[in-house]
Amino acid sequence: MKPSTQAKLWYAQRISAMVLALCVLVHLVTILYAIKSGLSASAILSRTQGNAAFAAFYGLFVVAVAIHAPIGLARVVEEWLGWRGRSLGIVMLALAALLTAMGARAVWGLYGG
Amino acid sequence: MAVNVSTNGLTRRNDWRARGNIGYAAFVAHRISGVCLALFLPIHFWALGSSLKGAAALDQFLSWTDMPLFKFAEWGLVVLLTIHLGCGTRLLLIEFGRWQGLRKGWIAIAIAMSALVGALLAAILLAK
Amino acid sequence: MQTLAVRIWRGGADGDFQRYDVPRRDSQTVLDVVTHVQRVIDPTLSYRFSCRVGMCGSCAMTVNGVARWTCRTHVSKVAVNDTLELAPLSNLPIVKDLTTDMTVFFDKWASARGQFKGDKTRADDFANVVPETPARKAADAAIECIGCGVCYASCDTVSWRPDYLGPAALNRAWSLVNDVRDTAQNERLRAIADDAGCHACHTHTSCAERCPKSLSPTAGISGLKKLSARAAIRGELD
Repeated sequence: MKPSTQAKLWYAQRISAMVLALCVLVHLVTILYAIKSGLSASAILSRTQGNAAFAAFYGLFVVAVAIHAPIGLARVVEEWLGWRGRSLGIVMLALAALLTAMGARAVWGLYGG
Repeated sequence: MAVNVSTNGLTRRNDWRARGNIGYAAFVAHRISGVCLALFLPIHFWALGSSLKGAAALDQFLSWTDMPLFKFAEWGLVVLLTIHLGCGTRLLLIEFGRWQGLRKGWIAIAIAMSALVGALLAAILLAK
Repeated sequence: MQTLAVRIWRGGADGDFQRYDVPRRDSQTVLDVVTHVQRVIDPTLSYRFSCRVGMCGSCAMTVNGVARWTCRTHVSKVAVNDTLELAPLSNLPIVKDLTTDMTVFFDKWASARGQFKGDKTRADDFANVVPETPARKAADAAIECIGCGVCYASCDTVSWRPDYLGPAALNRAWSLVNDVRDTAQNERLRAIADDAGCHACHTHTSCAERCPKSLSPTAGISGLKKLSARAAIRGELD
């Protein structure tokens, strides 16, 4: 890997981590509140449907996660499983795409469903 | 003590005695929680995505989550998320903040925060 | 007379521990123990030392599983029930017994661009570096390293990816990054932002915990991560 790619990936992971730190804090409070006030589908959907602030926040959350997790996982795989190089990069790129797609589907489902 | 010899057969490797520092423990907690969260994410997204098929589908999924084992797993994941947040904040402060040593106070904060969230969530879940 | 049961690594990487009984003395250092074995019990024991007072950094070994300077480690501090286990430093090829081949360790200093490069000649006047500037202070904090290899032997990232430059080489690079006279800065950032450079560090902090001089390679590595990432964004590493 080129030094500049390596450095940029690290930066992307850390910037997304900063976004995630705030998102996770909000998410934790939301989890506690949501579970306390009931986890039926209608209760969840009544809070999320048509709620633009909800969609924007969790949309950002999904993007940050899709950047953060594959870069971190790639490092674990490199060090503990000894798999590295182009093939690993492609798999992690696919994982990022999968997380984005699945996350977007989840947010869309809760917002519009 | 067992001696670990690296794959190239030329060097010795450290065992647990060299890993006794609290920063190493924080690293292990951060990494394990991170891997667990990454593996859990697709399931989480898939479950929430079932709401696309309407409230009934989501309810069906949520009914699984009433199983005690599932509840325990959920609880564990929220605790792992808090641990990952606490340890990760410490790393960001070390890397981006003004240099103030190894920020071990943040390891204590991570432990306290995850204990608090874990206890709160357990109390809410058990009260239901 | 009280004796110490000392297990010492003998042979190469496929060697094993052998037991020696060494008389326990007051104010005895681990290096004293090794020297006793070599002079009195078995003259074929190989080990490395020079100054005996913590100046040269050549007597580092793994003492009860932890890398240390043996000359500055009292037996009373590390012996458990009058036993000691002495092995060569981890992460470095074993030459024989307690001696490791440190070639790779120092080669990595060179590949981290650990050499100073200036553009002045002897005809020029002295450079004025103000001691209170942040850069000079950062260089000061890193510059006392004597290259003993304790941090490198303690680093698990080195074990996991042997091409990782390691804490000592990166610490050296950091002291030069903060040297205002140096003219090879981008070249250095390219070298340390490599695949196995500073971004491979996971902040285990073993280097900072074990450094016998209480230096914090973690501080320098964090600085390098940030500097080189920003340089990469500006396109200066391409």
